[in-house]
Amino acid sequence: MRDSKRLAAQYLTMRRIRAFEDRAETMARDGKVTGAVHASVGQEGIAVGVCANLLPSDKITTTHRGHGHCIAKGTSPRAMMLELFGKAGGTSGGKGGSMHIADFSVGMLGANGVVADGLPIAVGAAQGEKLLGRDTVVCCFFGDGATNRGPFMEALNWAAVYRLPVLFVCENNSYASTTRTETVTAGPGPSARAESLGVPAFSVDGNDVAAVDELAGRLVREIRAGAGPKFIEARTYRLHGHTAADAGAYRDAREVEERWTSDPIARCAAELRRLGVPDSDITAMDEAAEREMADAVAIALAAPWPDPRTAFTDVQDVGAPV
Amino acid sequence: MSQLTYAQAAMAGLSEEMRRDPRVWALGEDLGRGGVFGQYRGLQQEFGPQRVVDTPISESTIMGAAVGAAMVGTRPVVELRFADFALCAVDEMVNQAAKARFMFGGQARVPVTIRQPVGMWRSSAAQHSQSLEAWYVHIPGLVVVMPATPADNKGLLKASIRCDDPVIYMEHKDLWGLTGEVPDDADVTVPLGQARIARDGADVTVVTWSKMVHVSLSAAAELAKRGLSVEVVDLRTLWPWDRTAVLSSVAKTGRLIVVQEAVLTCGFGAEVAATVAEEMGGQLKAPVKRLGSPRAPISYSRPLEDRVRVTVDHIVDAALTLARA
Repeated sequence: MRDSKRLAAQYLTMRRIRAFEDRAETMARDGKVTGAVHASVGQEGIAVGVCANLLPSDKITTTHRGHGHCIAKGTSPRAMMLELFGKAGGTSGGKGGSMHIADFSVGMLGANGVVADGLPIAVGAAQGEKLLGRDTVVCCFFGDGATNRGPFMEALNWAAVYRLPVLFVCENNSYASTTRTETVTAGPGPSARAESLGVPAFSVDGNDVAAVDELAGRLVREIRAGAGPKFIEARTYRLHGHTAADAGAYRDAREVEERWTSDPIARCAAELRRLGVPDSDITAMDEAAEREMADAVAIALAAPWPDPRTAFTDVQDVGAPV
Repeated sequence: MSQLTYAQAAMAGLSEEMRRDPRVWALGEDLGRGGVFGQYRGLQQEFGPQRVVDTPISESTIMGAAVGAAMVGTRPVVELRFADFALCAVDEMVNQAAKARFMFGGQARVPVTIRQPVGMWRSSAAQHSQSLEAWYVHIPGLVVVMPATPADNKGLLKASIRCDDPVIYMEHKDLWGLTGEVPDDADVTVPLGQARIARDGADVTVVTWSKMVHVSLSAAAELAKRGLSVEVVDLRTLWPWDRTAVLSSVAKTGRLIVVQEAVLTCGFGAEVAATVAEEMGGQLKAPVKRLGSPRAPISYSRPLEDRVRVTVDHIVDAALTLARA
């Protein structure tokens, strides 16, 4: 039997991510968020189900579509929203924006603007942690598009060769940017590629947060016990555009409509009700999530810009800009 | 002081740093067998395969993994074998290592030393001979180091490993066997960004780095016989580069030749020449002269390879022309 308390906590985190993404996209369309925003609407179950099994000392790397992973790992949405607005107090002081959010204080080693580049960084972080004698698990999120890049192959091979404590999580949403991945990909898919490199692969319905939670929990325990790297292929769907500016004309409206019937948040709410959680509790969580993110936006709108002089700080120690 | 080769000096520097700091480790292809040029010989025996790591031929991940390992608090020394092969890892060097600290608002430090040997050596042809230092000087966040002597290959390598910035560390393949006096003291390092006056002179300044320091010194000896006193400035570090040393030498001589092995076009010599022209154009006794390779790939066959080399004769001719101007 599923634990309704644990599931409710995961529901709340998914709702917080959704509320963040919805507002980030609105603010991007309003021109308040000036850079690209890649929302993870529809994919929240994976971020939440996996991160629920990580310790604060565990590390993650993520992608351009990484807001959900950041929030699920414990990054402050307020600081994230400030970053999207390019304001002082943002996670990177306004230097990075949506694609370069990081929060080292919670083990979030950075989003990445280059597809598949988080994989080598993740295996290296795991190797470094191992060298320092810590039993950290590193979790690396990426999309199906990344599986066609060389660093994907290199990093999986690397993790297997050195038996590193890495959980690879492939969020397979069927689209590489705006191209259907299957039309540009040979062979049977991400899991088969992982298996061929000696990394045991497990497939899961990524829109079922409890299923993701269960699988990730087992794999993280095994990895921490020294079993070496594991691979999750989580099937999901990106319900919104590639960016906030993408109307998604390359997809049939019926396809998207049908996928909304498998929205991980609606499914989780239904499951909570089935477990006897009253509607009022669910509504209260919805409202709390919306309130939190409305506040984050209000704070970001009112916040000051960063000091322009910081354009030249944190470049390097030796030979810094003068 | 000990008499060491350029390769032995680097080995001494690396092993001292690994003994001093358990967070220092090295990764790259064939390191357990001493590395492709023997510059890691014996290190895996002393430090074990966890700290001197034999890697697959996966340059992107050698570099990317070093970035991740650096972010969690270790200090990797990356061996990329040839600057030409390092091109497979340019994304990780330029988009990740160089920018992580800045992009993440100062949360990350990436203290990696990225060794990538450069230069023409034994008919190595177009994919094993290039000198690509200028590419990296262009990238904010990187430090670029090019040692010319055994002493510097120890002291600069130690300083690079201790530096919290990512350092592109370019050794010249033709210098591995060069012998010289090297300090034994494990605390001696060579500061990054400080040039060395390799020879004092009064009439012409030659600014150079890496192997061309030695070619320039031979030219200076030849020119001395012809009554011309040449000062040779070995930059040692291209970013940051020692503008003060260059400007004060040129203030003394009034004549500048910049000598590089790399392709002349958009080379680092252009930066030195432009800076001197901007800062002291009116004080020059002759126009600035740059020497470098023509913009052609490097050949295999000896006479073809030699055709693109900067030689002692080239430098002698350039200096005599400048002195007559």
